[in-house]
Amino acid sequence: MLFDHYQTENFFDEMFTSDGTPRPHYQGVSDALNAVSATEFSSKQTAVENAFMRGGVTFTVYNDDQGTERIFPFDCVPRVISAEEWDVVEKGLIQRITALNLFLHDIYHEQKIIKDRVIPPQYLLSAKHFRREFMNCEVPKDIYVHICGSDLIRDHEGRYLVLEDNLRCPSGASYMLENRNALKRTFPELFQASGVHPVDDYPAELLKVLQYCAPAKFNGNNAPNAVLLTPGVYNSAYFEHAFLARQMGIPIVEGRDLVVRDFKVFMRTTAGLVKVDVIYRRIDDDFLDPSVFRADSLLGVPGLVNAYRAGNVSLANSIGTGVADDKVVYYFVPKMIKYYLGEEPILPNVDTFLASEPSDCSFILENLNKLVVKSANEAGGYGMLMGPWAAKAEIEEFRKMIEDNPRNFIAQHPISLSRHPTWTGDDFGGRHVDLRPYILCGEKTVVTPGGLTRVALRKGSLVVNSSQGGGSKDTWVLKK
Amino acid sequence: MSTTTAAREEVARSKQANVMLSRVAGSLYWMSRYLERAENQARLIDVNLQILLDFGQVSAETLKEHWLPVLRSSGDEEQFFRLYESADNESATDFLTFRIENPNSLISCISNARENARQVRDQISSEMWEVLNDAYHFIQGADAKKIWNEGASAFYDQIKRFSHLFQGITVSTFSRVEGFEFIQFGKYLERADQITRLLDIKYHILLPKASDVGGAVDTAQWHAVLRSASAVEPYRRYYVADVLFKKVVEFLIFDESFPRSMKFCAEQMNEYIQLITEGDPAAAVNAEPIQRFAAFLSRLSKVDVQSIFDRGLHEFLDSSQVEIACIGAHLYTNYMYHPPVDLQAEIRFQQQQEQQQQ
Repeated sequence: MLFDHYQTENFFDEMFTSDGTPRPHYQGVSDALNAVSATEFSSKQTAVENAFMRGGVTFTVYNDDQGTERIFPFDCVPRVISAEEWDVVEKGLIQRITALNLFLHDIYHEQKIIKDRVIPPQYLLSAKHFRREFMNCEVPKDIYVHICGSDLIRDHEGRYLVLEDNLRCPSGASYMLENRNALKRTFPELFQASGVHPVDDYPAELLKVLQYCAPAKFNGNNAPNAVLLTPGVYNSAYFEHAFLARQMGIPIVEGRDLVVRDFKVFMRTTAGLVKVDVIYRRIDDDFLDPSVFRADSLLGVPGLVNAYRAGNVSLANSIGTGVADDKVVYYFVPKMIKYYLGEEPILPNVDTFLASEPSDCSFILENLNKLVVKSANEAGGYGMLMGPWAAKAEIEEFRKMIEDNPRNFIAQHPISLSRHPTWTGDDFGGRHVDLRPYILCGEKTVVTPGGLTRVALRKGSLVVNSSQGGGSKDTWVLKK
Repeated sequence: MSTTTAAREEVARSKQANVMLSRVAGSLYWMSRYLERAENQARLIDVNLQILLDFGQVSAETLKEHWLPVLRSSGDEEQFFRLYESADNESATDFLTFRIENPNSLISCISNARENARQVRDQISSEMWEVLNDAYHFIQGADAKKIWNEGASAFYDQIKRFSHLFQGITVSTFSRVEGFEFIQFGKYLERADQITRLLDIKYHILLPKASDVGGAVDTAQWHAVLRSASAVEPYRRYYVADVLFKKVVEFLIFDESFPRSMKFCAEQMNEYIQLITEGDPAAAVNAEPIQRFAAFLSRLSKVDVQSIFDRGLHEFLDSSQVEIACIGAHLYTNYMYHPPVDLQAEIRFQQQQEQQQQ
């Protein structure tokens, strides 16, 4: 029996209770896997990895001259979420993104939330991704964030907490879809007993969102022309860009394929210039338009911002959403929910200390070796101090940085992330996981039932990022 | 109302699906050309290795004579001598197969085909992509040389199979939209070009020793030419008798039905040229190269093999290469390539626009 030696130790385990019995919603998976031998499991695991390599389901490793492509390691044991649990997660995510969209509209217009002293003005004005030049710029249907990929974690009691929101260009949705396909091919028997919500609606829903947010001026007889703007084939997420464009049936374009004339965006086609109405951009604000933002950007399209301001093209996500990704602003999201919606947050934040608040700051500096410190605007697990595991020199380095620029840092108690049985090569071991569900805001707000479960493959590691030894799992939401 | 909206959306979707970026057309074209080139090169190397077996013991000088024209045919002779001292089986096959410094080596061709496919990963079918990806991992992999050492022929066979598989999958999974035209045009253009190069290699070999013409070596050489073009069996069906070099040349240039003859390829190119330029008002303005290609095609129907020999085979092959390159360049610059914008000028222009607006 595959799970005979499995230990949950002192962690919250997704699959087993502390006495080693499978949780009810994992019963089907547990039974099916117990019927498989270790050799069989191992060979299926290898087969999946080969299939990903063949299919080019890879990401490019930076800092490597060869442009090495690697697969995003995939673990065959699915992460299962019960219908009841998902209900709460889904409601919580919709509540949160609704508040965030109201917040973005507010701070780019009246800024009531500042005037009402819910968020101190200095925090917003100093946020790196606050684009004051877009004050009073209207976006279609007042939707700023169309695609959101929030990172959720579960603590030692199994409570879901929001770790960050990812409101700029969240990635990984393609892996959610590919993981499901891979597992269906490898372990069809796992699915039979369980009743799993499909995830393959995601591209269709995304396309609906893109078409829904067409410019207010758009009045063509046909559906609006949507395109996916990629930084290009050398971007680490290029596979995903191509995958999503293909699934939606829209062109994937690079900056050089687009040109702006008369405040309108066109793509260069074999039949001449064709107008573009909606751009699903996978390029950060800074690189979008070298005539407005970074002039050295070769990825963007000169004049794109002109066309956007003129209301001739929509961008998903809109410009300036990064302000709400700022980890200091994150601290205020529960307050936003109360302020805009008059509701209690369904999904709590991780308790957070702001280095720019003097009392918090002295607490942080005194407890650097116990806390996790994050810089306000980094992603991908970079710019982070994991106090309890850090070398002394690293702690001192962060102390200096925090003292120099307290606005740029927050701290949190380390969360003992939940663990999940994961194949280690010859047996199952508990490995820490998080969850990134994908939320789409269009006519309705839709959370795809599932998401990307990322797993820290190294024993004891809490870092789930693909660039730093993370893998992923198929994520199931069970039907009621 | 909902049905008409739905119907309208259908139309819109299909219209949009037919819009094709010039860059995408270019990538499909090059993807196809590079893979076709790889297939031709694989066959050429394989046949040239095998033919040496018929010679028995050969001197270093003969080996050099044997490989130099092959290296020359893709124009990489200089690069070769920068990397190797002398041309023998080992150095020549290594250069033609595994050296990325050689832009026409198999590894370069396959990497380029795959890189172009990667640029348009969203446009081609998953099955097409997987074959190219497999080919790439096959030749790039750590044990590629080991497989080669265990049997060079099997190795080159595998490369050919990837190409054949890719062509079959393309025909059976790729919609007959514009992209297909660029893929096919690229394939036939490359094939026609390779035929001229293949024949030219033997032209080089034959000249020095006129006494060999018609001898055993000569027959073996022309047999090799046919094998290099996958043409032995089709040739036999037409010319049941011996392998005669004039007949071989005639077959490879003029045969109407063999899919690797120059005439066949040129006819196919012509068909795709019509499709690609169809409905483009600019086509009429730039029609000169298209007229010129039509003239080339009609010359192909008029001349016979004897008149080619009278005027010089090499000259004929050379001028054909020029014609093929000329029409290729015309379609490439007009339908697949957009000169990069002058970014600084474009930025200034957009900033001025912005200011006028305020």
